[in-house]
Amino acid sequence: MDVMPKWIDRIVVPLISLFLAAFLSALLILAIGESPIAALNLMIEGTLFRSAGWGYMLYYTTNFIFTGLAVSVAFHAALFNIGGEGQAMIGGLGVALVCLFIPWPHWTLAILGASIGAALFGMIWAGLPAYLQAKRGSHIVITTIMFNFIAAGVLNFFLVDVLKPKGSMDPASANFPASTHLPTFQDLASLFGFEKAFRSAPANVSFFIALLACVAVWYLIWRSPLGYEIRALGKSGPAARYAGVRPVKIIMIAMMISGALCGMMAINTTQGESERLILNFTEGAGFIGIAVALMGRSHPLGVLLAALLFGFLYQGGAELALWTKIPRELIVVIQALVILFTGALSLMVRAPLESFFMSMQKAKG
Amino acid sequence: MIDFLTLLQVLDSSLRLATPLLLVCLAGLFSERAGIFDIGLEGKLLAAAFVSAAFAAITGSVWLGLLAGILASIMLSLLHGLASITLRGDQIISGVAINFLAAGLTVVIAQDLFGQGGRTPPLKSGGRFEPINFPGATSSKEINDAGPLLQLYSELFSGHSLLVYIALLTVPISWFVLYKTRYGLRLRAVGENPAAVDTAGISVIGLRYSAVVIGGVLCGIAGAYIATSLQANFTKDMSAGRGFIALAALIFAKWRPWYALGACLLFGFFFAVDTRFQNILLPAWALSGFLIFIALGLMSYVWKKDLLDKVVLGGLALGISVIAIMVISSVWNSGTSSQIKIPVVFIQSLPYILTVVVLAGFVGKAIPPRAGGQPYVKER
Repeated sequence: MDVMPKWIDRIVVPLISLFLAAFLSALLILAIGESPIAALNLMIEGTLFRSAGWGYMLYYTTNFIFTGLAVSVAFHAALFNIGGEGQAMIGGLGVALVCLFIPWPHWTLAILGASIGAALFGMIWAGLPAYLQAKRGSHIVITTIMFNFIAAGVLNFFLVDVLKPKGSMDPASANFPASTHLPTFQDLASLFGFEKAFRSAPANVSFFIALLACVAVWYLIWRSPLGYEIRALGKSGPAARYAGVRPVKIIMIAMMISGALCGMMAINTTQGESERLILNFTEGAGFIGIAVALMGRSHPLGVLLAALLFGFLYQGGAELALWTKIPRELIVVIQALVILFTGALSLMVRAPLESFFMSMQKAKG
Repeated sequence: MIDFLTLLQVLDSSLRLATPLLLVCLAGLFSERAGIFDIGLEGKLLAAAFVSAAFAAITGSVWLGLLAGILASIMLSLLHGLASITLRGDQIISGVAINFLAAGLTVVIAQDLFGQGGRTPPLKSGGRFEPINFPGATSSKEINDAGPLLQLYSELFSGHSLLVYIALLTVPISWFVLYKTRYGLRLRAVGENPAAVDTAGISVIGLRYSAVVIGGVLCGIAGAYIATSLQANFTKDMSAGRGFIALAALIFAKWRPWYALGACLLFGFFFAVDTRFQNILLPAWALSGFLIFIALGLMSYVWKKDLLDKVVLGGLALGISVIAIMVISSVWNSGTSSQIKIPVVFIQSLPYILTVVVLAGFVGKAIPPRAGGQPYVKER
């Protein structure tokens, strides 16, 4: 039986965790001789008071929605997909191959093709560790970590030895043809006559695909028979087996969906922003997905909100690095604290709340 | 072919590069043998590297640096212990958090202290662990004229920093502690069946904390080594995935100290080869023959297995065959003795690929400690 009302568990616990993380970060900012209040103001002004700030924030948010959803889907099956980074890299490879070698007439078709390519490549890259977990019992955390490094090697090989145009020095593919370029928020805003909005910000239409992915994951997990089986396996392996769920199949499917979602992050970064395949385009988003999924309690709505929060932190962090002597890595610290309090130390946050509600119930009855 | 001295130099640099891996690997060994997964090795290594370099730079004493690095690493170990032993949180998540914490904090503090973009200033002598030259070893200038035995002695055995010899010593010590002492028996038992240890009246929590603290000490030494000996200052993200490679080596070594030495030396050798030789040429026909052999082996393995095995491993075999065919077609016109350049990244990825193969259990299955990753809940 649940001791606490559900809303406490889903809303108050993450908020307390976030507050603790923010409090410790504020102490850190104080320790390096800056004002936390001024820093927060700067982050809010630079992100929320300018349309370009929103454009950057939503660009980061798009990445984090994809990776956060990916980690969530795996969490529901009690799998820890720490390989989002590698799956996104290989997804980027899929996007590049689709955009470079298929002559797309229009971006609407190109984004469909690129999404399929990205999802397929990410799926394959997650499928191997999934297979090793399902059939050979190799721990998925270790294999996905190894696959991150192998993916970095594969990406490096393709960029240096295969896709790099002749005579070019930097390890990157050729620019994608113009017909595959995605409209940015700036392009969309100028359709409605706001030429100055979202100036030079990288947010693009793949944000809407990320929103669609949220709805799709919500439907999959809470409304479809497959989602029911995934959750059943995640809650209790033996019970799910007894009820006729085949663990091998569910592990494979859950991980492949997870890999596909991570791969699709690349339509935002590779097709939408850089418009060519570059090294390190994932920028750790695969790992941030872990924080987003933990913070969002593995629910698509929670993931969306947490992704917005982290998008805000990333854009705000860039502002801080620009205007103060607080380096960007402060955001990494905040991210670590969020993971720590929402994930590993969650009992520390929950236990006092639980005992509070226990005593309330006792007082009542 | 390469000459003897070059080989010695490669082995020498293998040993240098294997040292941090070995220390971190043994750190993971203690922790995982006690049933605590430690993904946060990387973070502890990085934190120790930074703190030791910072202390060595400020105080000018490498010993204070080493001590401070070990303390920093122990602090993170205790955090991991608090999360995963006392509060029974998820050990993987705690490790991930520790990695990020170290990656972020080191740069933020380094920038605040030194203002050099997240680096520490270069360490002067006294702030570093200097190489120890054994008596009778020739200097690097005269080594070309020395005989093979003297070359072996001077290049490979002599001339490393103290921490390299300490790292090598930790292998027999770890083996002795784990297999020949009462403490070691209990430690291994707590990773297999904590309930039995608890029934015998021994504190599971105490044992597990001691294991993560030992891990912290070893990671601390490793961190000090990379910042004050292998290099002469701290740079951002300088651990460069070594914590994860050590984790790979741990699996490769099947959680045993002597095997860990072998695995770390092997992985160190890969890195030494990778830094020393930019172009590695292999006979093309032999290479593709080897690849086709693996592909055929995989296919014959899946012949009578499930559809899933056929799809995944068959697909893998197909991929390998395609690579083999591409290799052959690229040298088709230039005769059977032609060679092909191995991509540098392949050598770099080799440790990870080997680990996955071992994990998959096709070659010598690695079985982790049984109670690994599960928090122990005392029965009431």
